[in-house]
Amino acid sequence: MTLTGEDYRKTAMSDKGITYPYIPNSVPRVKEEMLEEIGAESVEDLYEDMPERLRLKGSMNLPQPLLSEYELRRHVEGILAKNESAPEYLNFLGAGCYQHHVPAVCDEINQRGEFLTAYAGEPYDDHGRFQALFEYASMMGELLNMDVVNVPTYDGFQAVATSLRMTCRLTGRREVLIAETIGADLLSKIRDYCKPTITITLVGHDPDTGQLDLDDLESKISDQTAAVFFQNPSYLGLIEVRGQEISQITHDHGAVCVVEADPMSLGVLTPPADYGADIVCGDIQPLGMHMQFGGGQAGYIATRDEEAYVMEYPSRLFGIAPTSVPGEYGFGDVAYERTSFAIREEGKEWVGTAAALWGITAGVYLALMGPQGMVEIGEGLMSRSRYAMLEMDKIGGVKAPVLRSPHFREFVVDFGSTGKTVAEINEALMIRKIFGGKDLTEERPELGECALFCVSEVHTREDIDQLTTALKEIVD
Amino acid sequence: MEDIARHRYTDGKPNLRRFHQAKWDEPIIFELSCEGQRGILVPEFEGETQTEADAEDVLATLPDEMRRKEPPKLPELSQPQVLRHYVRLSQENLGADLNVEIGQGTCTMKYSPKINDQLATHPDVVDLHPLQQEETVQGILEIMYRFEQILKEISGMDRFSLQPAAGSAAIYTNASIIRAYHESRGEAGQRDEMITTIYSHPSNAACAQTAGFKVITLYPDEDGYPDLDALKAAVSERTAGLMITNPEDTGIFNPEIDDFVQVVHDAGGLCAYDQANANGVLGITRARDAGFDLCHFNLHKTFSSPHGCGGPGAGACGVREDLAKFLPVPLVAFDGEAYHLDYDRPHSIGKMVPFYGYPPVVLRAYAWAMSLGAEGLREVAEIAVLNNNYLLNKMLKIPGLSAPYAEGKRRVEQVRYSWEELVEETDVRSEELGIRAADFGIHYWTSHHPFIVPEPCTLEPTETPSKDDLDEYVAVISHVAQEARTNPEVVRTAPHNSTVHKIDHDPLDDPSRWAMTWRAYRRKVGQERD
Repeated sequence: MTLTGEDYRKTAMSDKGITYPYIPNSVPRVKEEMLEEIGAESVEDLYEDMPERLRLKGSMNLPQPLLSEYELRRHVEGILAKNESAPEYLNFLGAGCYQHHVPAVCDEINQRGEFLTAYAGEPYDDHGRFQALFEYASMMGELLNMDVVNVPTYDGFQAVATSLRMTCRLTGRREVLIAETIGADLLSKIRDYCKPTITITLVGHDPDTGQLDLDDLESKISDQTAAVFFQNPSYLGLIEVRGQEISQITHDHGAVCVVEADPMSLGVLTPPADYGADIVCGDIQPLGMHMQFGGGQAGYIATRDEEAYVMEYPSRLFGIAPTSVPGEYGFGDVAYERTSFAIREEGKEWVGTAAALWGITAGVYLALMGPQGMVEIGEGLMSRSRYAMLEMDKIGGVKAPVLRSPHFREFVVDFGSTGKTVAEINEALMIRKIFGGKDLTEERPELGECALFCVSEVHTREDIDQLTTALKEIVD
Repeated sequence: MEDIARHRYTDGKPNLRRFHQAKWDEPIIFELSCEGQRGILVPEFEGETQTEADAEDVLATLPDEMRRKEPPKLPELSQPQVLRHYVRLSQENLGADLNVEIGQGTCTMKYSPKINDQLATHPDVVDLHPLQQEETVQGILEIMYRFEQILKEISGMDRFSLQPAAGSAAIYTNASIIRAYHESRGEAGQRDEMITTIYSHPSNAACAQTAGFKVITLYPDEDGYPDLDALKAAVSERTAGLMITNPEDTGIFNPEIDDFVQVVHDAGGLCAYDQANANGVLGITRARDAGFDLCHFNLHKTFSSPHGCGGPGAGACGVREDLAKFLPVPLVAFDGEAYHLDYDRPHSIGKMVPFYGYPPVVLRAYAWAMSLGAEGLREVAEIAVLNNNYLLNKMLKIPGLSAPYAEGKRRVEQVRYSWEELVEETDVRSEELGIRAADFGIHYWTSHHPFIVPEPCTLEPTETPSKDDLDEYVAVISHVAQEARTNPEVVRTAPHNSTVHKIDHDPLDDPSRWAMTWRAYRRKVGQERD
């Protein structure tokens, strides 16, 4: 496709007199009335303060519009038809975006115009938005065993990057230690975001298990360390089992322990707060958001209810408060004066439009799942990944998992002994309508021909068998 | 037979709406919990027994301290109870679908077309994993590529990233690109000052600060225009750049904006145009033509994607050709046959988000722009400006209200008004007037802090209200202002017709009483569970 030629026409100011359905006052008679009322001859008069030299000469060179709703739908759906969606395949991709079942009620609620088109009204205008986000935070608080949870920030990456900057403001120190099993993209984000104020030091891991190397941690931590950060489960899918020891070492040096936790794991895994994490953060996409080509991400940050921590959040925090009528719940912004809305560059980082609708949706998801649902889904994910690893490991030349640790829902698979590259295997899987794991060869060259596979509750035993059968065919 | 309609008009004009906001007095969701209820069931992992993969055996692979001892204390509700609770909460909002949404100035609260919501929730959008092979996502990549071409034409810029997660994230991204540019020239340490104006969005200052710059804020001249002399005095060999809005949040267009850019260029800095306020200038004036090096648009403002209670939105950063190498990775590229995600950009500032931003928001923005074309986009701008000046003319007839600065000049797409005179007369504050307006189904926001314009409110009608909508809005505000004189108590004690009554904000600033979660609240009121 090119954007010249028939696709375009010069759209000089037309005298066609189109009445645009979204622009009621484009009706010429109404326009005239309004101009007359304000004493202007034409709309052009309203731009009289814009100097000629800054004005666009002629009109923009844009594609011909699709004026009717039908034409527009047909055009856009025509383009979208070139996509092949994950449910048309068997999808074993994860790496931060997960294909879970999205309950119908989640979509029903987040597509309601009242939520979809609300924005920044006062609690008197938008009581429902405040209550829904307070309840989201409250349910996350139960999942995380933490008392403070923010109105969502953009995504898990932002949540981690902000958490690390919070620790530097809290401690007055400028170095963070990060478990080197972190994904390259998240590390890229952290490096950019922390650049002005923070030095990043990576902490090694045991190559057999993927667990953080505590000796390396001990050797690198000092009284300059603001934070120790690790993910649980890690980017490579394994469960870090020595959280208590890591947080102890961290606290012994007066640093803050930051853990990124997958909320989907917390029905079965110990919440990081219980092994000493001070700030817990991550992404809530798994909790009721469609994948949306990466558009379902939203970030959470959680801490204990300590003033020093609360005052370092850049995000909005919604709190519950009484009203003038006994028994009526009211809501509002907690400690608003810390935000950039209140005090511009003196505020903590910045606050703005982020991902509130996904917070509301995650609240709906947690309310539907309840305690039992979160336990069952956690168990189900671990069972499936365990089964998938056992079956894949039986295939000649395939090793799964590479790292000898308990895994949650993702695991690294080594195809090094098959004589085929990950790219070749994924290409062959795609022909069989299967999306294989994320290719790690560029990101983790030390692992060789490895890929990160992911299962979810959408996979039946037969689905996993179909994957292993296909892999057998491909590597034989 | 009596004509009911006759009672709805006075002197030929509609009476004020007898509004009451939905009030369900809905409990907190934990209060609705009933032990044992289930809202949804989870698919089991069925099939022939595979002992090692059974749940109990799998959990047994975990060390005891990593195994959660008690299920999380989430509420237990059946599905209809969850649905009803949230539908009720949804009704207790004044979204743009419901009210004449003029009062959230700077935010461009226009109509979000429903067709675009339908397209954005199409399975070929929502069910795409971001790491699928490129040949399976050609459609969404094409949408992103096509929309980039549209933004290039609207702004005159050479390359766009659609990755920033929202407007402020885009401002931050531009600040980070400016930092990378000076680093590439070996001037990063020296050029550590970012200049902005007090009537540019607070995020210009806050994001620059976050990116490591010292912020210099310029104040306007007496007429409300950004002060060119102040800028000349502020620039130096330490200047990294200028981050500025135009029109500013006052709705005043700076006719010397190209001179501002020149002064900063002469000092060796870059200029980033915050185009959150672009709605009145689409097809009228362009960022690149004023000399800007970078700009950004808010796709949830100007480009109609709904605001979603505060996101997800999307920011789009545009730059001139020689800065394109710094844009976040990946960019969407087209080789004449297929679309690709281009990661091979060694000078890039890196990843801003986990994947590519919010593609469904980009899709909505693309569909909106395609429904209008060049002529329609210009009509958007012109009617937004017409509506604003029509509103201004009517609003200024309300005694006690003024529009400080640039007297007699037209405003672009919004106006920052002042109730200073009314407040002096009645002692009723702007914030209180806004809350009283909620009793008539109308939302109104004061302004960003600090309040340089005293007792402010910022109104931005956009192109989507009708003339009657604008008249209704003015009638309500006029009525409320009149009440401030005749019955100030009714304004001060407002709202009366809202979901809730006056909120006591003191606990929200008191660490011993604030509560951001239900568990914290129960603990603080002495009702700790278990």
